[in-house]
Amino acid sequence: MLYFFEQCLNGIQLGMLLFLLAAGLTLVFGIMDLVNLAHGSLYMLGAYFAATFATLTGSFTLALILALVASLIAGMVLEVIAIRPLYGRDHLDQVLGTFGLILLFNELVRLIWGPEGRTLSLPPEMLTAVQILPGVHYPIYRLVIILATLAVAGLLYVLVMRTRLGMLVRAGASNREMVGALGINIKLLYTLVFGLGATLAGFAGVMQAPILTVQIGMGENILILAFVVIIIGGIGSIRGAFVAAIIVGLIDTLGRSFLSDLLHLFLSNNAAQTLGPSLSSMSIYMLMAAILVFRPEGLFPAASR
Amino acid sequence: MTASLDPPLNAAPAAVLTARTVFTAGLLAILALVPVYALATGETFGVALFTRTIILAIGAVSLNLIMGYGGMVSFGHAAYLGIGGYAVGILAKEGIGSGFAQWPVAVAASALYALVVGALSLRTRGVYFIMITLAFAQMIYYVAIGLDRYGGDDGLTIYKRSDFGGLINLNNKVVFYYLCFAILLASIFLISRLVNSRFGLALRGTRSNERRMRAIGFPTFRYKLLAFVISGALCGLAGALLANHTSFISPAIIHWTRSGDLIVMVVLGGLGSLFGPVIGAVIFLLLQEGLSRVTEYPDLILGPILLLVAIYVHGGIGGLLEGRRRG
Amino acid sequence: MAEALLQTERLTRRFGGVTAADAIGLMIAPKEVHAIIGPNGAGKTTLIGLLSGEIVPEEGSIRFDGTEISGLPVYRRSQLGLARSFQITSLFRDFTALDNVALAVQAHRGHSFRFWHDARREDALRRPAFAALERVGLRDRAGTRVDKLSHGEQRQLEIAMALASDPQLLLLDEPMAGMGPDESARMVHLLRVLKGSVTILLIEHDMEAVFALADRLSVLVYGRIIASGDPETIRTDPAVRQAYLGEKHGTERSGHDG
Repeated sequence: MLYFFEQCLNGIQLGMLLFLLAAGLTLVFGIMDLVNLAHGSLYMLGAYFAATFATLTGSFTLALILALVASLIAGMVLEVIAIRPLYGRDHLDQVLGTFGLILLFNELVRLIWGPEGRTLSLPPEMLTAVQILPGVHYPIYRLVIILATLAVAGLLYVLVMRTRLGMLVRAGASNREMVGALGINIKLLYTLVFGLGATLAGFAGVMQAPILTVQIGMGENILILAFVVIIIGGIGSIRGAFVAAIIVGLIDTLGRSFLSDLLHLFLSNNAAQTLGPSLSSMSIYMLMAAILVFRPEGLFPAASR
Repeated sequence: MTASLDPPLNAAPAAVLTARTVFTAGLLAILALVPVYALATGETFGVALFTRTIILAIGAVSLNLIMGYGGMVSFGHAAYLGIGGYAVGILAKEGIGSGFAQWPVAVAASALYALVVGALSLRTRGVYFIMITLAFAQMIYYVAIGLDRYGGDDGLTIYKRSDFGGLINLNNKVVFYYLCFAILLASIFLISRLVNSRFGLALRGTRSNERRMRAIGFPTFRYKLLAFVISGALCGLAGALLANHTSFISPAIIHWTRSGDLIVMVVLGGLGSLFGPVIGAVIFLLLQEGLSRVTEYPDLILGPILLLVAIYVHGGIGGLLEGRRRG
Repeated sequence: MAEALLQTERLTRRFGGVTAADAIGLMIAPKEVHAIIGPNGAGKTTLIGLLSGEIVPEEGSIRFDGTEISGLPVYRRSQLGLARSFQITSLFRDFTALDNVALAVQAHRGHSFRFWHDARREDALRRPAFAALERVGLRDRAGTRVDKLSHGEQRQLEIAMALASDPQLLLLDEPMAGMGPDESARMVHLLRVLKGSVTILLIEHDMEAVFALADRLSVLVYGRIIASGDPETIRTDPAVRQAYLGEKHGTERSGHDG
């Protein structure tokens, strides 16, 4: 039971990371109508930046901050140079172009950092388990991830719902021409939104680095999951992305932990062992397929589009 | 009353048509002569490289049918390469080495999966459609990884090529090359008939303006679905060929970046043109090959090239040859 | 009185808080030209959507030639003989005019599961297509790509496509949209020629055209039909005049009030 609870927390934590990625993707999708396959690359860059800064400064916190700044800058530069020409284009052109960017970034990382990958270590206190409920211990750092992401989610909510910028973002999502006609500097807005998305992706990359991985190609695997989250949650909807991310995170984590056990009840050891991970990975896609069949707009579709 | 009811089909200026035609003819001639060159000089590397190119060109041709003519961007076509390949591999491992069994299974299994994927995905459109096809390919990818008995992540070695009895010996590299080439040409020919038939026009009309098609009375869903199935089946055949060529099949061929490669080939060659996918496949694979000889970091150049093509060239390389450029 | 070809009863559709179609009741007699007029925002788009099948009604029924069609998809209604043209030109831009109309013919000549023979050489498709083009006066432009046609020619092509399927009812959505006086006159002439051989339900803003062509009119205001009858009756109906003909702006040129 306690194990189950712990796995639930892990699932939520994974969900939080997915949310960070999905939120950035959804903002860009929803407002600029841009399919950005290279979003995963920004996630990867965040992790690599942090690893390097950590080595240079010896401090995780400092590395985090520097990596966020670097991600923001990288995102905005990328937007100006490579992304701008793709606005308004056929989605296919965008797929092609950003696919090229993935190739470029993976190779760049290989050039600069080498093929082996990096590690990012935490101050040991972060890894100790803390008692959050009677009998339930959970590593501090993973709690930090959950709380930090919740904080970011809250900030995003405030930003999108309560500020002028957020109003523009929502207005842009529902009526691009109108916002442009009002004389708002669309170009600048887009660059900022893209930069924000990049920072969110970088942040996710940094946060997961100590517990998961820092390696070439790490972006692509999680990118697909992030797209799935968006489809399930509804394109253009931050709230949808949040709910869907948690669902997907839970299904993935609980599936990996318990599906094998469940299958053991019915199948031979071997079969259950191998089928388990496959099925749990598949279950996410099956959920997405179901959503697309029965409710194609997603769980919480963005208002007017 | 007869009169001239048939104006030239989407007439393009004669001079421009020639440039593209010449290029295509030249390319086909080169492909036809690769084994001859190899036999003459003893250098067989070209045969292997171009066999792979031709096989992937078949995959690109299949994708072009639904992308270029049907307007459906499938980001999951590598799944059919995988299904076709695994059909051959699994049957081989289970002792069924006859190509007469393997290849029809490869095609049928791919067609079946395409039917399921299409039936579910074609209810959506645009970026939703792209992502759901990607997801369905991912499902196959994970299934393949989970196939312990057939190698799982490490893949499955196929010790013998498909056996066709006395009909044809696939172990002979040159014979195999020309078989693939023949299949490529046959596919293109069949598609050329298809896209000008009633079915083809219905498909192309749906790409042009689906709302209009419905308004004039076409049940567009069934035509899109059939095109999707045909496309998947042909790609499955390419998968069977690929498994034979490499004597090996693994989940890597189903990775989503392989689906991306196919899309790139189709776009590079020019959407909705008959030989475009071949042009695109050749250019893409030669680029990959050439760049990896020149530098240790080929994607540093290939990546930006793709980006530039996406931004500046409308209609792919084929469009370049026809002189169309983005204004 | 002949049985109505198209009949709607209590046809209703809401969007959020707006009732775009409010218990609409229409009766279109065979072979008549029936015009629907009304101020902007009256719900004409919704009505067309309901009739063509793109919008599903919440209440009410639509009977076409005796058959209940409100549950049928768009393509099915077309196959039953209900053809429409679009207000904003919706054609196959990368095909020739002839190809466009031939496709419309193809939809009604058997199925399209034919994979080998060149459909552009199929007489059974090309001939009727050519005839339809001739009927609207586009014969000389048969081989021209749509994106090279003038706006007026494209509007004519819209009609040709609707005619190509040999329909029982033509649902014309502002065929005069965006046309100058010459082109409008040509279109009116065309419609006058068609009048009597096919039933026409005409949605139009252009009052001159409406009064020149229509046998009967229905007036749509805020989703409701407020009046229905022959042109003189409508012209003098006080409710209509107040609601619609009394508008300050608009495209109608109704100069002569009775």
